[in-house]
Amino acid sequence: MGKTFAEKILGRKAGRPVTAGEIVEVVPDYAMSHDNTAAIAKTFASIGVERLYDPELHVIILDHASPPPNEKFAENHREVREFVKKHGIRNFFDVHRGVCHQVMLEEGFALPGLLIVGSDSHSTTYGAVGAFGTGIGRSEMAVIMATGRIWLRVPETIRVLFRGVPPMGVYPKDLMLYAIGKIGAEGANYMAVEFAGEAVANMDMAGRIVLANMAVEMGAKTGYVEPDEVTLAYVRPRARREFEVVRSDPDAPFAQVHELEVRDLEPQVACPHSVDNVKPVSEVAGTRVDQVFFGSCTNARLEDFAVVARILRGKKIHPDVRMLVVPASQQVYLDALRAGYLEILAEAGAVILNANCGPCMGSHQGIPARGEVSLSTSNRNFKGRQGNREAEIYLCSPATAAASAIRGVITDPREFL
Amino acid sequence: MGIIRGRVWKYGDNVNTDVIFPGKYTYTVTDPKEMASHALEDLDPQFAGQVQPGDLVVAGRNFGCGSSREQAAFCLKYAGVGAVVAKSFSRLYFRNAINAGLPVIQAPDAVEAMEAGEIVEVDLERGELRCRAGCFSFPPLPKEVLGIFEAGGLIPYTRKRLGLPPLPPDSGLPIGEGG
Repeated sequence: MGKTFAEKILGRKAGRPVTAGEIVEVVPDYAMSHDNTAAIAKTFASIGVERLYDPELHVIILDHASPPPNEKFAENHREVREFVKKHGIRNFFDVHRGVCHQVMLEEGFALPGLLIVGSDSHSTTYGAVGAFGTGIGRSEMAVIMATGRIWLRVPETIRVLFRGVPPMGVYPKDLMLYAIGKIGAEGANYMAVEFAGEAVANMDMAGRIVLANMAVEMGAKTGYVEPDEVTLAYVRPRARREFEVVRSDPDAPFAQVHELEVRDLEPQVACPHSVDNVKPVSEVAGTRVDQVFFGSCTNARLEDFAVVARILRGKKIHPDVRMLVVPASQQVYLDALRAGYLEILAEAGAVILNANCGPCMGSHQGIPARGEVSLSTSNRNFKGRQGNREAEIYLCSPATAAASAIRGVITDPREFL
Repeated sequence: MGIIRGRVWKYGDNVNTDVIFPGKYTYTVTDPKEMASHALEDLDPQFAGQVQPGDLVVAGRNFGCGSSREQAAFCLKYAGVGAVVAKSFSRLYFRNAINAGLPVIQAPDAVEAMEAGEIVEVDLERGELRCRAGCFSFPPLPKEVLGIFEAGGLIPYTRKRLGLPPLPPDSGLPIGEGG
């Protein structure tokens, strides 16, 4: 019987063949942390080990509240910088660089076949280039600092096959929301999800990143897209080390296969307060929107800016709507600037913010007021997610976000394409 | 591992990390007492003020879905919660709870049977939960991670493995200031 990509990558790290269900102890290829490194550093200190097991393992990116909105956050960042200096961590990116997962990809840390853990649940994102990326807790990261090691259960793998090519105006985010709605917020708990099919083969990197990023929203330990020429064209020029493409064998034992037909799919919207409360846009069109957030590690890459700029060109954002725009990284910011997209968005009335996590998790920049409706391209719509439990959060594609910002109500973006 | 006895606080499916410990506190709330005071804040504002040591958080499917933020496990532990009993747990929450030394019990039948406010008893060693409706058994933790849980969490377990002495009980750790 063949092996899945997850069994192969974890087996390589464990130094022996492994199968789903086993628990292995491994040293990851990279361990990513962000603003939470200050708290991790304290837990590391409590272990009683003086030096890091390997400073080269760690990648630290300040992004969650960057620049800091108040003194407490500022002190937090200071502690991270001191820790980085004290331990000689070279892979450090300060507040100017962008959202950690995007930076991990852009900077060539996330590569096919690698095992990457991150103290952030959306570390599944690295599967977009065929890595095994997974989220871990702060204590676990502290122990990796001390010993290099972590325990992981080798997951079973679910295959999600997107059949057909989606129609115009339907984007990878819509496909992913649709899949989460079908499979459920717990449907892939403890498992790896491998995305495949014609729609995925035709997707650019930005689209594949959406799939891997949101795999955790169906409970998955990791998401994965098999590397192909699109992947290699992306990773080759930026790779920081040698890598080897790892693929599931054709006879690999998949725990489940979900075939989803997307030929006639409508744009999709996740409604409050659960990511799997997904409806076609026609069912929620007309819902009032107070704030539109185009950003986060899920979307807001250059490809998304191109779509949003196309919809907003020469238009004005509805006077009752605030549109917040947060590029996924400084690189995306620069590219969008040079392409003229930022000018189009600013002229339409959008607020362009710096590349960081911003409104996504409600620590600063654009917290909705009580009773307000926030339409977001991010990955979570839990109650309180954007900092106010009395607000309603809907999730959608960047195109749906842009169209809705113009109308002031949730709008099918195909009216503008 | 002993007997846990406490009152049932009952909730539904998909209780996520944002309602257990809001994201806005993740980088600023570091003191264990303060962390406990925000436990379940966005789901049940009464909880943190009224929870008693040993009380059980009982919930439906996919408890702890969402963020990797382990304060969602630590805040319940600091609040004195004896155990979380759910129909199922999200993967990250399950890990974080074991690493925090917070008992997590997967027992769907027991969840159905328990009523909010009743007093129940959990025997971790025997894998039994006794409530008004009867006695329910639950499976033990995987043997590979049982040691972590028995040591009181990942940090004390790691210190033990490295041959370091246990931390003093009043250190505020092993849980790590800031979680």
